[in-house]
Amino acid sequence: MWKDLGLNLEKHDVLLNALAKGYGDLFMTQKNRPAGMGYFDFVISEVHGLRIKELVDRKKAGKKIIGAFCLYVPEELVYAADATMVGLCGGADFSIPDAETVLPRNICPLVKSFFGFKVGATCPYFNSCDMVVGETTCDAKKKVYEVLADYTPTYVMEIPHKVDTEQSKALWLSEIKLFKQQMETLTGNVIEKDSLKEAIRLINEKKKAMKRVSDTRKASPTPISGLDALLVNQVSFYDDVNRFTLKTNELADELEKRNADGVGVGDPSKPRLMFSGCPMAIPNWKLHSIIESTGVPVVAEESCIGSRYFTDLVEPKGDSMDSLLEAIWDRYHNISCACFTPNDDRVTKVVDMAREYNASGVVYNVLQYCHTYNIEAIKVDKALKAAGVPMLKVETDYGSEDVEQIRTRVEAFTEMLRPV
Amino acid sequence: MAVAGVDIGAVATKVAILADGKVLSFQILPSGYDGNGAARRALRVALEESHLARGDIDFIVSTGYGRKVFSEANKSVTEITAHAEGAKAVCPSARTILDIGGQDSKAISLTEDGQVANFVMNDRCAAGTGRFIEVMARVLHVRVAKMGELALKSANPARINSMCTVFSESEVISLLTNGRSREDVAAGLCESIARRVSIMVRYVGVRESVVFSGGVAKNVGMVAALEKELKTKLLIPPEPQIIGAFGAATIAQKSLEKEEVATSSLRVEGGYHVTAIPAGPLPRGSVPPRVEGAAPRLGDSTG
Repeated sequence: MWKDLGLNLEKHDVLLNALAKGYGDLFMTQKNRPAGMGYFDFVISEVHGLRIKELVDRKKAGKKIIGAFCLYVPEELVYAADATMVGLCGGADFSIPDAETVLPRNICPLVKSFFGFKVGATCPYFNSCDMVVGETTCDAKKKVYEVLADYTPTYVMEIPHKVDTEQSKALWLSEIKLFKQQMETLTGNVIEKDSLKEAIRLINEKKKAMKRVSDTRKASPTPISGLDALLVNQVSFYDDVNRFTLKTNELADELEKRNADGVGVGDPSKPRLMFSGCPMAIPNWKLHSIIESTGVPVVAEESCIGSRYFTDLVEPKGDSMDSLLEAIWDRYHNISCACFTPNDDRVTKVVDMAREYNASGVVYNVLQYCHTYNIEAIKVDKALKAAGVPMLKVETDYGSEDVEQIRTRVEAFTEMLRPV
Repeated sequence: MAVAGVDIGAVATKVAILADGKVLSFQILPSGYDGNGAARRALRVALEESHLARGDIDFIVSTGYGRKVFSEANKSVTEITAHAEGAKAVCPSARTILDIGGQDSKAISLTEDGQVANFVMNDRCAAGTGRFIEVMARVLHVRVAKMGELALKSANPARINSMCTVFSESEVISLLTNGRSREDVAAGLCESIARRVSIMVRYVGVRESVVFSGGVAKNVGMVAALEKELKTKLLIPPEPQIIGAFGAATIAQKSLEKEEVATSSLRVEGGYHVTAIPAGPLPRGSVPPRVEGAAPRLGDSTG
């Protein structure tokens, strides 16, 4: 199976060994984990095994696999065309040397990482894809998709950046319609109203389950570590949707029970930190593991791997295809990515979320060279300050050379929140 | 009741022993490759000087880069908290603190009631820290402790543009080769660091009093360059290098009071040799406390 996918098997083994060790050290050493995390441990142990086999089996049955890196790709249309969507690997230092044989060094680590997985042939998801769907969010991704097209079939959606105008709505809607056509052409399936409605329901159910897990983290003590909650969010991009929804709801049941019984992880007298900023593609666990190694829980993620994904649902106001597509636009244009301008909506959301989750402080994550999130930190910081919530900005990549410096800053930040 | 603060820095390990808010003795030793060993040695010598036994110390707080490796500490705090506490204790009017150590630099702002309001640290690079100065002193063939004096002799500081230690070294060699004096280059280096770190200070906000601590604060050329750049007077504690250890010891004292551990009856009272840093404001230029038998040459270390 692996050979058929065109993987570099030797390199892939190195990756899997590193992943297994890193996962064991970070996740399996946590105390008092919810039993429901067992499923997610299993998914990770099979992330380059059974799950790939499922995808390969689907391909053999003539179904298509779509790879994506961004929430703006409407997955409802992918599932309505009876295709499967997977989030692609982009959170590892491992693939960056391969990327740097082609790309400039001074760009976003996420972009370099995903590109390196393709060039180095080390990601079975990437190599399973019939088409990669990109989008015009940030400059690094936009331009790298042009280069990526030489390696794999790539389709790019235009995402307008000034979202509150009629012109931008018209453009975005037309992009959604073009993507629908693209999916129909690729799969040979016409997307009917009923299949789209069913796909909307499927994805909404998934997001509701994720929101339930997130809501339980408002309790003190929090019933689940930030690392585990992050993992659930990361797995949501890879796993079979129905099974993921079922298992995530089971986890939510357990966490709600934990809250009712006052059971949690960590020390409730410690500050509660909220995470905000750039996404943490799997297996980027760096900042969460640093924060929680200091004994302080992460209680929420305002991020694409986090609240931006599951907060809003697609809610059609009518029954026509047009109103279904408009509902998709309505939901998607409300995801406040820092590529938008102006983006006051995101600033408000961060402050509201910090209050909702009773966060004592916010750790703001900037992936190196991510200008949009980096600069937007100024407005977020100002708004949080006005709300009485201190913010610590951390700019980093996937390397480990600055782990201790970051740990010192995070510790100093928590000491500032709860003076010693 | 006696307590100790241990600051294990990237370059030097500092210990301060405190009784009733006053420094009994302090020690500065190179950290070397074994922070735990350096801390134990420094503590032992400091105890001897204050005529105390290890058992007389009721609480130890460690801080600094190696804070987690010191096995005898009862508690550890970050260098941000320790320096804030230390600077505040020697200068109650402190609202802004700049600390430049061997491997990092940090700017801290304090609230009116002395809590940390904000801070910023240099990222992953040691540019603009004691390590940078050490490397440049070597190129200029001057002892680190004398580099500041050399810089003050310059009437026309050279412009040094690079902040990277490796690039700066090349730049310095070029300047010297082109006939610029060591004095001008030394002053240029101080100005170059001052430009860099003053951005950090402005980021947290320059509010008086501004305390400058860390080994680099012993460099008079750096002090002059920073005062010019920040357009404000800097307060330099008499022993700027031990402010972190002093702050850690102050926190140890507070922790002890909080715990209300009734161990005081076990200790032998009296016999203390209290002469060192008094708590309270220390105007710049006050005579540094002399501690009998302080072995290390203080000027040789930068952080």
